[in-house]
Amino acid sequence: MSNMGKRLTGMKRSTRTSMATYGMVILAYIVIQLIRGLRDGGVGPLLEGQLIPICAYVTMALALNLVVGISGELSLGHAGFMSIGAFAGCSMAMGLESVIPAAPLRLAAAMVFGAAVAAVLGFLIGIPVLRLNGDYLAIVTLAFGEIIKGVVTNIYLGLDSAGLHFSFLTNGNELLDGGKELIKGPVGVMNSERISTFTAGFILVMIALIVIFNLVNSRTGRAIMAARDNRIAAESVGISVTKYKMIAFATSAALAGAAGTLYGCSQVTFVATKFDFNTSILILVFVVLGGLGNMWGSVIAAAALTILPEALRQFQDYRMLVYAIVLILVMLATNNPTLQSFFARLFRRGGDDDDAAPRKGKLSRKEAAR
Amino acid sequence: MSRAQEGRKPTKMVPVPSHSIIPERDIDKSPILECSHLGIDFGGLRAVDDFNLTIGRTEIAGLIGPNGAGKTTVFNLLTKVYQPTRGTILLDGKDTSGKTTVQINRMGIARTFQNIRLFSNLSVEDNVKIGLHNQERYSAIEGVLRLPSYWKRERSAHERALELLSIFDMQDLANHKAGSLPYGAQRRLEIVRALATNPSLLLLDEPAAGMNPSETAELMDNIVKIRDTFQIAVMLIEHDMKLVMGICEGICVLNFGQIIAKGTPAEIQANPAVIEAYLGKRKEG
Repeated sequence: MSNMGKRLTGMKRSTRTSMATYGMVILAYIVIQLIRGLRDGGVGPLLEGQLIPICAYVTMALALNLVVGISGELSLGHAGFMSIGAFAGCSMAMGLESVIPAAPLRLAAAMVFGAAVAAVLGFLIGIPVLRLNGDYLAIVTLAFGEIIKGVVTNIYLGLDSAGLHFSFLTNGNELLDGGKELIKGPVGVMNSERISTFTAGFILVMIALIVIFNLVNSRTGRAIMAARDNRIAAESVGISVTKYKMIAFATSAALAGAAGTLYGCSQVTFVATKFDFNTSILILVFVVLGGLGNMWGSVIAAAALTILPEALRQFQDYRMLVYAIVLILVMLATNNPTLQSFFARLFRRGGDDDDAAPRKGKLSRKEAAR
Repeated sequence: MSRAQEGRKPTKMVPVPSHSIIPERDIDKSPILECSHLGIDFGGLRAVDDFNLTIGRTEIAGLIGPNGAGKTTVFNLLTKVYQPTRGTILLDGKDTSGKTTVQINRMGIARTFQNIRLFSNLSVEDNVKIGLHNQERYSAIEGVLRLPSYWKRERSAHERALELLSIFDMQDLANHKAGSLPYGAQRRLEIVRALATNPSLLLLDEPAAGMNPSETAELMDNIVKIRDTFQIAVMLIEHDMKLVMGICEGICVLNFGQIIAKGTPAEIQANPAVIEAYLGKRKEG
């Protein structure tokens, strides 16, 4: 424990930010669990059904923020990685049903598998994509998101005592008795059991936070931010820009994959078209609203904007209209200079200088640096 | 033969026809940098041509010339921002052809930029720590899991960063955002960041630009101090003749991409070709 004193004295703003974010998430979890345990009807049917999707979307927002905010590359295809995680993870969960009877353990195994598959795919997509810059990269990731959707819609996967059966475009799998279809093309996945829990979602959000904060505050994170801020300068001090962009991209894909598994296993059924361009944009909205590079902002924005459409059900047909208006008002408010300086003052009271990561409204900074 | 083919022709190693003066103390050692017949074309423009230069182990060398003479292009060639069209660069006796900017830095060349290129959103200390990237190594996994190696390396990076910053008395600014520093301090921070990569040759592109006379005088002392402490070679581009004549042991004058003179400060000051390049030819009659 000799490090402890040094750690505390060396506690910088970044460390305090991460501690505050952990605290916020843990507190929210405890409060919700208390309400669910003590009050009749828990947090209400509306919020109850949204708890796991909130955790999944918070993780998605954190994952995308790693790419957009920290690594400075605009990805418009992140729902694709969520999709891969959902389909790979949930098939794994169903396949392991007889092997691992304990649901939490099975979910953990499924998430690890979903994350691994998404990470590998992220790595493969990253090879061509990360050679591009700015707008081109955004367009290519968008295309990859659509390709993933198209491919997954046409996958048929079955499992029986003889092993895995795979066919593409048409269902040619002939399963033996007792076999089950894991992925049924356009019909998607029918989960045999909904194994995702709110606690699992909370743990995933915490893992995502720890991974991202620890990564950002390490040698690797500094290299990623150096590559973002000035590519030429980063190379001049011996940092391989592509390598570090790849680490950020693959880590983000892995987290998105785990979030996909969590989401998929919380649904009775889901289809590939759920994870389309709109979902990618929705997650990007969380990130931009929460602030680029600002992790606690992403957590709050993702949670609030996931509940909002449900909370607006009373407006019936005008629900999405009100949603859009609320979104515009919030964006205007957070970009208001008076409010910004108020928050800046609130934070500066803490002590030293600005956050390591850029704040909102910096999306054009990349363009300016070119 | 087209120019493209000429560019692909394997370059022969030719003894350097260099008249450059290696300082007395380096004369028995092999030079740190040897450029022979170095050149680059941009389209039809020969931006740099037949550039031959040798720099001693602990020499402070100056590269001067009028605007647009190709000085920064030479730096970009040495650091492989541009791949040379012709010629060879030997760093510490090793050929650098085909190397990337990243590899060149690991081989021992560090540089600063004419238009400052700091990581301006990050803190001063983080900027130096990024320079220490290849000095204090641990893997991404070790960083995420915060294994003991992470704490050990981070502590040592922190100490080395402060130590390097203390060269310019900047350790108190460690927690400031790099972009918020005054201009002169940003230039100094860039030098510190370059030094952090543990180079054997430090390239400074107009280090005194935008500095007042007293800051420039201090910078001169510090460049000499850096050379003495780290025992490295320094090559600098500068328009401030007081600085160049004050600390450079060898000076190379470039005009229209070609070397027009090499020599000691005294020789350069007396060289008619240099005077002509800077002031123009006296009108006869």
